[in-house]
Amino acid sequence: MAVFAGQDLVCIRGERLVFSNLNFSLESRGALILIGHNGAGKSSLLRMMAGLLTPRGGVMSWDGIPVSEDMDEHRERLHYVGHHDAIKPVLSVEENLMFWAGLRSDEKQARENFKEALDVFSIPHLIDIPGRFLSAGQKRRVNLARIIASKSPVWLLDEPTTALDKETIKKLEDVMETHRQGGGMIVLSTHSDVNLSNPDILNVGDYVAPLGFESASLLAEGI
Amino acid sequence: MGRFISVVRRDLRLALRQGSDSVMVVMFFVLTVILFPFGIGPEGNILARVAPGVIMVAALLASMLSLERIFQADYEDGSLELLTLSPMPLEAIVLAKTLAHWLTTGLPLIIASPLLAVLMNMDIKGFSMLMVALLLATPTLSLIGAIGAALVLGSRRGGVLISLLVLPLFVPVLIFGVSLVDAALGGFAVKSQILILSGILLACLAMCPFASAMAVRQSVE
Repeated sequence: MAVFAGQDLVCIRGERLVFSNLNFSLESRGALILIGHNGAGKSSLLRMMAGLLTPRGGVMSWDGIPVSEDMDEHRERLHYVGHHDAIKPVLSVEENLMFWAGLRSDEKQARENFKEALDVFSIPHLIDIPGRFLSAGQKRRVNLARIIASKSPVWLLDEPTTALDKETIKKLEDVMETHRQGGGMIVLSTHSDVNLSNPDILNVGDYVAPLGFESASLLAEGI
Repeated sequence: MGRFISVVRRDLRLALRQGSDSVMVVMFFVLTVILFPFGIGPEGNILARVAPGVIMVAALLASMLSLERIFQADYEDGSLELLTLSPMPLEAIVLAKTLAHWLTTGLPLIIASPLLAVLMNMDIKGFSMLMVALLLATPTLSLIGAIGAALVLGSRRGGVLISLLVLPLFVPVLIFGVSLVDAALGGFAVKSQILILSGILLACLAMCPFASAMAVRQSVE
């Protein structure tokens, strides 16, 4: 049973305090849904969990060991889906997916998982289509297929349901449940309803410094 | 290692499918050099005198044209974030991308250079050393250029900014490259210039990927 946790996290973007003193804790089979108004810092928190953003205060830990001690290992265990789908217009769906899968697992295993990934999001017919001919929703499906094509325990999903139709959202929910049953954990930010069985809800907006407090709390953090 | 090669292969494939960039760099190189006989006049010995310098400077400018391409497209479509998040060290990824950049721009320039040397009326004695000079200089340009390309990510009109950042750093390479060809043309020993150029290349190979990786991390934050 692994535990991914963060304590007293502080996020500052462009000299503006986004949130402070934020805590979270997530166990295997757990799901954490991030909510909050626009600009509350949901994406920033996800990017922080992924290691793209360095927290200006606080620590994130995996089983009690700070993740900053071995970032390569931390990256190995997570998948991140951001706002951009990272689909190359001149590469086919297969080439796009196989590249990302090959970076994380060996060629043979990647190829096995790849077929499964296509089936899950019902895109086997797109296999030879170059990325530039895909619709926004299809691009999103390919991007989500990427995280199935290579296995990692932690999924960090930033508004994964954008551009998806109802049917695919349902499929995504099933995939997420399967992932959790297999011992994985999921953090996702969303504005729409995503049905997951007993998720933890974290309102990032609760940790936002009230207006006028920004400079005071910056001073308090010693920054 | 397999992952390193797969990054190189992906970038090569992207460059070849999009095609125009590599061709444009070589065309730019050829056209710039061809302009000199028009500007200076058709006098053979003057052209031959300036040939090594003109060819080196043109190659330098041509390879600079495509520097932006190393990271820009990946930055815009989110691929750079995912590359940063892959378990492979970012330094290795940056090195792989730099290698792909050199293969698609530096190498064609080297192949085109003898043709231009003929156009500039250069003595045939200097041809092999011109290619050696470019062979040692162009990878250095790609390596240093990658730092510039990574630093300007996210800024508008990055292309001009890259030139301002990296052109001054290219000066030593230019000096020793031209001096290598001049020495070969004059019949002098060329060993010391080759050693210095190789030394610069090796130092860049060891240091530049770290600087570029740092700049990339900064840009995706």
